Amino acid sequence: MKNQIRQIFHSSKFLGGFCVMIFLLLLMIVYPLFVTDDPLEMIGQGNFFKPGTYISVTDTVDTDTYTLKLDNVGARLESKISVEDRADMADWLEKFGGVGISQIDVTDAEGLIRLWEQYYSKDAAQDGLLISKKKYYARLDKKIDGILEDTDLKIAAEDPETGDISIAETIPANAYVNTKDIATKRTFILGTDNFGRDVLTELASATKTSLMIGLVAGAVATLIGLILGLLAGYVGGFVDDTIMFVTNLFTVIPSFVLLILISYSVGESARGVTLVATIIGLTSWPWTTRSVRSQVISLRNRDHVNLSKLSGHSLFRIILTDILPYLASYVVMALIVQISSGILSEAQLSMIGLGPATTKVSTLGLMMSWAMTYSAHLNGAWWAFLPVIFSIALISFSLNLMNIGLDQVFNPQLRD
Amino acid sequence: MNESKQAENKESLCLSGTNVTKIFGFGDNKTVAVDHVNFNFYKGEIISIVGESGSGKTTLSKMLLGLISVSEGDVYFQGQLRDIKSHKKKKEYWQGIQAIFQDPFSFYNVFRKIDSVLLDCINMRGGHSLSYAKKVEMMTEACSFVNLKFEELTNKYPFELSGGQMQRLMIARIFLLKPKILLADEPTSMIDACSRATILDMLLKLRDEINMTIIFITHDIGLAYFISDSVYIMEHGKFVEYGPADEVILHPKAEYTKRLISDVPKIHEEWDLSTV
Repeated sequence: MKNQIRQIFHSSKFLGGFCVMIFLLLLMIVYPLFVTDDPLEMIGQGNFFKPGTYISVTDTVDTDTYTLKLDNVGARLESKISVEDRADMADWLEKFGGVGISQIDVTDAEGLIRLWEQYYSKDAAQDGLLISKKKYYARLDKKIDGILEDTDLKIAAEDPETGDISIAETIPANAYVNTKDIATKRTFILGTDNFGRDVLTELASATKTSLMIGLVAGAVATLIGLILGLLAGYVGGFVDDTIMFVTNLFTVIPSFVLLILISYSVGESARGVTLVATIIGLTSWPWTTRSVRSQVISLRNRDHVNLSKLSGHSLFRIILTDILPYLASYVVMALIVQISSGILSEAQLSMIGLGPATTKVSTLGLMMSWAMTYSAHLNGAWWAFLPVIFSIALISFSLNLMNIGLDQVFNPQLRD
Repeated sequence: MNESKQAENKESLCLSGTNVTKIFGFGDNKTVAVDHVNFNFYKGEIISIVGESGSGKTTLSKMLLGLISVSEGDVYFQGQLRDIKSHKKKKEYWQGIQAIFQDPFSFYNVFRKIDSVLLDCINMRGGHSLSYAKKVEMMTEACSFVNLKFEELTNKYPFELSGGQMQRLMIARIFLLKPKILLADEPTSMIDACSRATILDMLLKLRDEINMTIIFITHDIGLAYFISDSVYIMEHGKFVEYGPADEVILHPKAEYTKRLISDVPKIHEEWDLSTV
């Protein structure tokens, strides 16, 4: 046994899969220690923020509202107002503001904006102007509003003793800001999804949930498959015929269709994570049953089983001590295959909207489903679905690699 | 002659069968492995069942052991119809009949230690309640009977032993179980010639020790002549000839027996391969 474990860890394939799995597990365990937010908390108001660092413009504290506008006036003006905008502004000022054309200098953005703020009024008589154009000017005005403000910026920070939030620092308007000092800063490494949730945090928790679904589904399927396979293979006769009849029935009906029907009939409100996992497990056992049965049939006439019978051992004990240990490696492999197919089944189910209906946890399949429903792929929001696809692929890939590695150790014919 | 012996030894009948048949499969795929055989095995005898591969020896031995069902016919154990319907009855039956198989490398469970194999035997003889020291004493005795040291075997796995040692451990097992009948299914065919003599010697010694009947299944007619009291020659699932060893082997009547005997290589004569 010790030698076998050593052999397993010498298999490069197993080791590769194992490392990927450990990486995923660490992501699931360590990441939430650093980012303690609720993964389903809606942070940004708006959907599909690009990956990057964001600073909340409004910090809603008990006292006042502090507005942090980090655009430096001089430097940003040029990029804020386009040449067309300036031409339009000059046009309006000349026609309706009563400003002389000599006063207006389109190249001086700051001077132009000061004139605009002085003379523009939404309610001014704007004869001959289309409504759409009027609205355009109103929007432009809104955009420009406050752009030249040069009041000092205030940084709010929490007092470590009292817990009150007060002004910790004042930053002059023309200073550079160290983003570390900003309390309301958030970095979204993978952006946000359609509900404004941090994709990375959601992904870490979804991977955990999906792996759990895989484990539960795999365990249920393997347990049922193992028990039925052992009974059918060892007892034989009528028991075998009955079990194989049921197994063949389940094999003939595509299990995914069965999965859809059961999930649908259970009803949306009842479909929790564990229930969906169990349903997946309950529909995917026939394959395990068939393969375990054939293994047991080849084992049951071996001499060591006969010896055990001659020693007066009961059927239960023979299955437990003379058949099961010989099958153990095979069953572990079957379990691994069932886990990865369980995760994929959940993803498939969620994609067509029959996955776990939940607002408490997310799963990889649900994330995909949401990304699809809110057209992430059409908006170019790759961060909402690519990382999910990638982690599903990684889980299956690592489990399959480990499976191949184990196979090579336990099946001498496959050794390199 | 057989008739008179039967009448005389009705008391000493150990295992007998009438029309024992085993059929595998059905319809066109039907194979009759053992075809309506009758036999009477007496207490304390060594009986050899000789035949070539595929003649049905092993199937017959498995039926006698109750490991596979009998398609047709009856088996009598100690003069009474054998009843092995329930697990409890089977367990009782197996206290009276035990076996040694052919391949020592396959008849141990590789996940169980040697101790547990021997402890099973003590428990089967109703030794559950014995103290552990007493059990160790019994196991040591059994091992020393077959020239093995129990201290060296504890906590070892069977596959760490050599083939001969494993076969001897099997005899130690029989020593502990003390069955009335031992079915030895080619126990020496997988072992080198030197160990073979040791194993056979131990089997004979064991028979004298606990007075049991040995049913020896072999393809080696010379070996059968050497050790057995009576010989049954089996061909295509039928007994073609049977009787006391001297009579059958020195004065064979059936063609098959003659062929079997001529096939035995002789060291001092040129081997006639034309009959093979």
